[in-house]
Amino acid sequence: MSTNKHTLNPNKWVKAHADYLFNYTISRVNNHEIAKDLVQETFFAGLKAMKNFQGKASERTWLISILKRKIIDYYRKINSAKGKAEVKVNFYTDGEKEGEWLEERVPTNWNNEAEKNIENDELKEVLETCINKLPEKYEMVFRMKTMQQYETEEICKELDITSSNLWVIIHRARTQLRKCMEDNWFNK
Amino acid sequence: MKLTCDEATTICDKSQYGEASFWEKIKLSFHIFMCKNCSLYSKQNAVLSKCLQKQKCKNNCLCEKEKSAMEEEIKVKI
Repeated sequence: MSTNKHTLNPNKWVKAHADYLFNYTISRVNNHEIAKDLVQETFFAGLKAMKNFQGKASERTWLISILKRKIIDYYRKINSAKGKAEVKVNFYTDGEKEGEWLEERVPTNWNNEAEKNIENDELKEVLETCINKLPEKYEMVFRMKTMQQYETEEICKELDITSSNLWVIIHRARTQLRKCMEDNWFNK
Repeated sequence: MKLTCDEATTICDKSQYGEASFWEKIKLSFHIFMCKNCSLYSKQNAVLSKCLQKQKCKNNCLCEKEKSAMEEEIKVKI
């Protein structure tokens, strides 16, 4: 009884599925190049695994299941990437002053004129550069939360982290971002 | 009731996403009332949120050129 069996047609993969797979990926990795590479790798892996395709699921579902694995592998890779730029600490971590601002990291007043100019295109660029300077994992969590507006729970599930983990990451990302914007825009 | 600056700024970050609890917000305002640095941080954090709001996600699709390059590569491997 195999009249409804699905088939694979690699010649049409890009046309039929590239956009869908790319959208699925970009919302999870937030980087155009990386998302493109993951989609490409998914197609290659699909070609290799064609003989294992049993026709039970549709072509797209099958490709998505490969893509999901690729994305998880990517997360694992950046999670374990050692020697990545660490986020700067902003507070004393021990001693009498534990939890207080480090003197050199204390916020300074921003130039009022710069604050009025937040519609500015140049500011967008500076902000983007500052976000890109964050360590990869921080950048990903920060973008998912801030730009894509994922629910906290969703991010935790997807990345397998706890919510307190998530807030520590957001906190460090934001303090670093604040400092970066202070140095490169508001008090330049 | 007493927060460190580290804790206070974390709550301030949470509240940027509307996810600080009522009690946390009270503790935060109390801390901000007494702490000049965190008061400034909190103000600037709000400005930062405003800037981020304006920042739209861009580059969120594949262009035709990229797709045809992909197609070529797949043809090679088939």
